Amino acid sequence: MSQFNPTTIDLTGDRRRHRKENSIRAAFMGAGAVSVLISVGIVYALADGAVDFLSKVEMSTLWTDGWFPRRGDFDVKTLVVGTFLVAGIAMAFAAPLGLGAAIYLSEYAPPRVRKLLKPILEVLAGIPSVVLGFFAISFITPSVLQAIKSDIAFFNILAAGIGVGILTIPIVASVAEDALRSVPMSLREASYGLGSRKMATTLKIVFPAAVSGIVAALIIGVSRAIGETMVVAVASGATGGSLFSLDIFGSGSTLTAAMAALGAGTDQVVGDNAASVSLYFLGLLLFVMTLVLNFLGEALVRRLRQDY
Amino acid sequence: MTAVTVPAERPPVTPVTGTALERALRGRRLQPAQAAFRWALLSCLLVSLAVLVVLMVDVVRDAWPVLVDRGFDFFRAGLSRTASSAGIGQGIKGSLTLAAIIAVIAFPLGIGSAVYLEEYARDTRFTRAIVVTVRNLAGVPSIVYGILGLAIFVQAMGSILGSPTVGGRSVLAGGLTLAVLVLPIIIITAQEALRAVPSGIREAAYGVGATPWEAIRHHVLPYAAPGILTGTILALARGIGETAPLILVGATTGFLTTSGGFFEQLREGYTALPMVVFAWAKERADFRPLAAAAILVLVLLIFLVNAVAIWLRNRYEQRW
Repeated sequence: MSQFNPTTIDLTGDRRRHRKENSIRAAFMGAGAVSVLISVGIVYALADGAVDFLSKVEMSTLWTDGWFPRRGDFDVKTLVVGTFLVAGIAMAFAAPLGLGAAIYLSEYAPPRVRKLLKPILEVLAGIPSVVLGFFAISFITPSVLQAIKSDIAFFNILAAGIGVGILTIPIVASVAEDALRSVPMSLREASYGLGSRKMATTLKIVFPAAVSGIVAALIIGVSRAIGETMVVAVASGATGGSLFSLDIFGSGSTLTAAMAALGAGTDQVVGDNAASVSLYFLGLLLFVMTLVLNFLGEALVRRLRQDY
Repeated sequence: MTAVTVPAERPPVTPVTGTALERALRGRRLQPAQAAFRWALLSCLLVSLAVLVVLMVDVVRDAWPVLVDRGFDFFRAGLSRTASSAGIGQGIKGSLTLAAIIAVIAFPLGIGSAVYLEEYARDTRFTRAIVVTVRNLAGVPSIVYGILGLAIFVQAMGSILGSPTVGGRSVLAGGLTLAVLVLPIIIITAQEALRAVPSGIREAAYGVGATPWEAIRHHVLPYAAPGILTGTILALARGIGETAPLILVGATTGFLTTSGGFFEQLREGYTALPMVVFAWAKERADFRPLAAAAILVLVLLIFLVNAVAIWLRNRYEQRW
């Protein structure tokens, strides 16, 4: 009969192994913390510069007839209106085209066609925005817009808006298509079982079921259109400042293009004055706008995922 | 016995083929509407693709004379005030340097963050803060990253990162700015690649006594490596095409001279291919064909990087 000695066994293991494990874990945690640091850095840089700007500038200069930083006119509403005009034109193109493409890819496309066309749409997403700006002044304005309206300015907001719209189509299409594909097949089959045909099923059953994802796609598209810089910087002119205007056939500027102009030195006045730090103020505005839109879009996408 | 009469002809039978059945069920109502709807949707997709084709044709048409006339010299020459002597050599060099800096800085940080979030992190406030932050950072416009780069890498750290002549606007600052821009994308794609690893693999490793790090290193990372690699290289392609942050952080569009060895040049001024495109697009009309040629090179470069990523993924993908 062997003795049963219930001695305690130490399961803690090799201490050196644990130390190594813990230090590796700490290293990875440090990497993870970097993104929080970056976020803090962005907010700090923006807020610090914006406060600096507001302290240097008189409130009356924030409501004048145009954005002319060199002479001290900081009419922000010119830029905000310009941003909304460009984003509005962009979405007027990207929403129907993107949603139409998404519905086709998700509901109608045969698998082989889908496998071929979807990557090509993603290639459109990978084109650098400066290329679209060039396309706007080398093709859209001369060959398309001037053919329709011959007295249109060479640098105009409409062309910039169309360029941004082209860039936004893939994003809208991608998010909307995900939303449509996540609608369960059983809803469609029930509809067919009751005698509907494809158009009615798509429009009356599938589309409403995916509506929160589709709205999210549009919101994310707007956010991208608002943040787009290079197309507007190349195609809609307005270096040196811009007057408040609602004329999409004329030149204009957006928040982003004004920031680029300040940074590139065409508007930047060297030295410690209000013009050079207005960059941070505009940046803060832009950051807050896109943050709110992105939060909204994400909340809607999450709601979509929970519904099924 | 009754005579059975076999009818001389068989009674007419409707053929029971699929199309006949379909037509019988569907009737003739509103067929054009269905087809029209389908064509409307397809045309949305085709218009988008047609725009891509028109864009490429337009660029190639403008760029072709430049490439044919100038040839190799176009690739070697640097920035210049005259169109006939300007080239993209410095732009290519700058873009490749920026890409190298992005790879060195953002890949380890991004993959490390993703590993932490997927493998180590417990559901604490800190973890949730990181996840929310990363998702928001991915949606921030690129020019805001330019502001971050300007404030921190150019102004605050300018004396460390840049040589005295450039006032902080060094290629190192530019590369760090782009690395920060690309980081959230890398984290998100690496996270998804790690999430796709079946938990059975991890659990088997733990079952034979592996520590978390040993499980990651020997089992999880090898399995997720193709996906991670693809995602990081695609993020790099995105970084190569960015212009707006570089404008703020100081890529030159004018005359540029550099000297010194590789590591000294990291602290010097620079330009990049997208910046060159931007500068030439805004110049006089005789620079437009040059801009088109530069665009062609840029698009081909990005396409090449994307193709490498997809090839790597296809080559190393395994089904376990």
